[in-house]
Amino acid sequence: MEGVRILVGTAKGGFIITSDRSRRDWTVDGPHFGGWVVMHMNGSPMDPDRIYASQWTDWHGQVVQRSLDGGRSWEPMGNEFAYEGEVGTYRTFDGSPAPWEFKKVWHLLPSPHDQDTVYAGVEDASLFRSRDGGASWTELPGLRTHGSGEHWQPGAGGLCLHTILLDPENPQRIYVAISAAGAFRSDDGGASWEVATGGLESDFLPEPASPVGHCVHKMALHPSHPDTVFMQKHWDVCRSDDAGATWTEVSGNLPSDFGFPIAVHPHEPETLYVVPILSDTEHYPPEGKLRVYRSRTGGGEWEALTRGLPQDDFYHNILRDALAVDSLDPAGVYLGTTGGHLYASPDGGDQWQAVAEGLPRILSVEVQTVP
Amino acid sequence: MTPVRIALPAHLRNLAGVEGEVQVEVDGPATISDALDALEASYPMLAGTIRDHESGERRDFLRYFTCGEDISHHRPDTPLPEPVVRGERVFRVVGAIAGG
Repeated sequence: MEGVRILVGTAKGGFIITSDRSRRDWTVDGPHFGGWVVMHMNGSPMDPDRIYASQWTDWHGQVVQRSLDGGRSWEPMGNEFAYEGEVGTYRTFDGSPAPWEFKKVWHLLPSPHDQDTVYAGVEDASLFRSRDGGASWTELPGLRTHGSGEHWQPGAGGLCLHTILLDPENPQRIYVAISAAGAFRSDDGGASWEVATGGLESDFLPEPASPVGHCVHKMALHPSHPDTVFMQKHWDVCRSDDAGATWTEVSGNLPSDFGFPIAVHPHEPETLYVVPILSDTEHYPPEGKLRVYRSRTGGGEWEALTRGLPQDDFYHNILRDALAVDSLDPAGVYLGTTGGHLYASPDGGDQWQAVAEGLPRILSVEVQTVP
Repeated sequence: MTPVRIALPAHLRNLAGVEGEVQVEVDGPATISDALDALEASYPMLAGTIRDHESGERRDFLRYFTCGEDISHHRPDTPLPEPVVRGERVFRVVGAIAGG
């Protein structure tokens, strides 16, 4: 029976939550890796039963797990992420230089082109790739050694590479985003990189329109329009129609243009979702109301989606990887909160229901459509 | 070969899929690093979770205790105490009390 499988990474383990295509009754399975921080779980577009998980603790560092049976059983894979050659330095919070040091994997992205290829975005920021299903990892050093690295700086969460976008038609094109370095694009499979931040401005930088240093929180694209990229920046929601060369602000009538995640509707390339947060010091939604905002015009004009979401006294955050869409019709939209609530909408955001309300702090949400 | 008993913290018992303490066969004089090398040879998934992959150094939030002593800061080539080598006492890898 066709349905969906939600992969939820939390501060104390991973959860796998399933439903049929009506998406009204849910089964919660977990925690997997209980007690570990599960940064992210993500499945292969080529084989949805192949799932990768990034787990981590302060005590024991990084572990990568792989399942070949949809999360019923897991196998520890390679966990060595070694930078190539001289590591160089970036800027710490006070502006002094610090050497690159691997800390953890924020984001795993299995390739849509090759079953055994997986990308990993890590802290301190770099991009790694495995070509053997996660058994071993090799850095794509052209990004870290791009030349601007000494001007990168950590966001509050660390110097993390948290977004990896692949062009479904062009395997050579990769976009990444790093807090707080900005956005980068490769057109040669990750060997070399260009800054993709034209037009962005950030007031916390000495030169607000600087090419690097922007705290990009998340980027998303629709597979049918891979030159159009949407961005939730620290402040500002932006779009680019030229593969990141130039950006235009499309915050429009949002109650706040600060936020973390951004997602694109699976069937409507100009329909976007964001979750506005009050500010960079007040990491909760305006007015204590959890509102997802939807634009059907590619940004600029936004409507609040509230039905079924808490509209009183809600003071949790929605992190950058905690908003996802499925590929059914009508499309499902899913969000997880730092308070451990997981909400789902089976109708593109019009109506929401709580799927789970007592999970640990939710760090990431992915959703798979399964046969 | 010397059998050495090692007690692991809960996270690593789960990762290695073991219950209770483990016993590994250590070649040579049975130093701290010999014991950990043998542990990682038997349980490859533990590589990097006790000692850093690159530097080989003990991870900051872990301690090594045995025979009532903290040997975390002893050199890695320090022989394990006789009661450990004789199998009477356990070499304990312990997570620091660092929140949860």
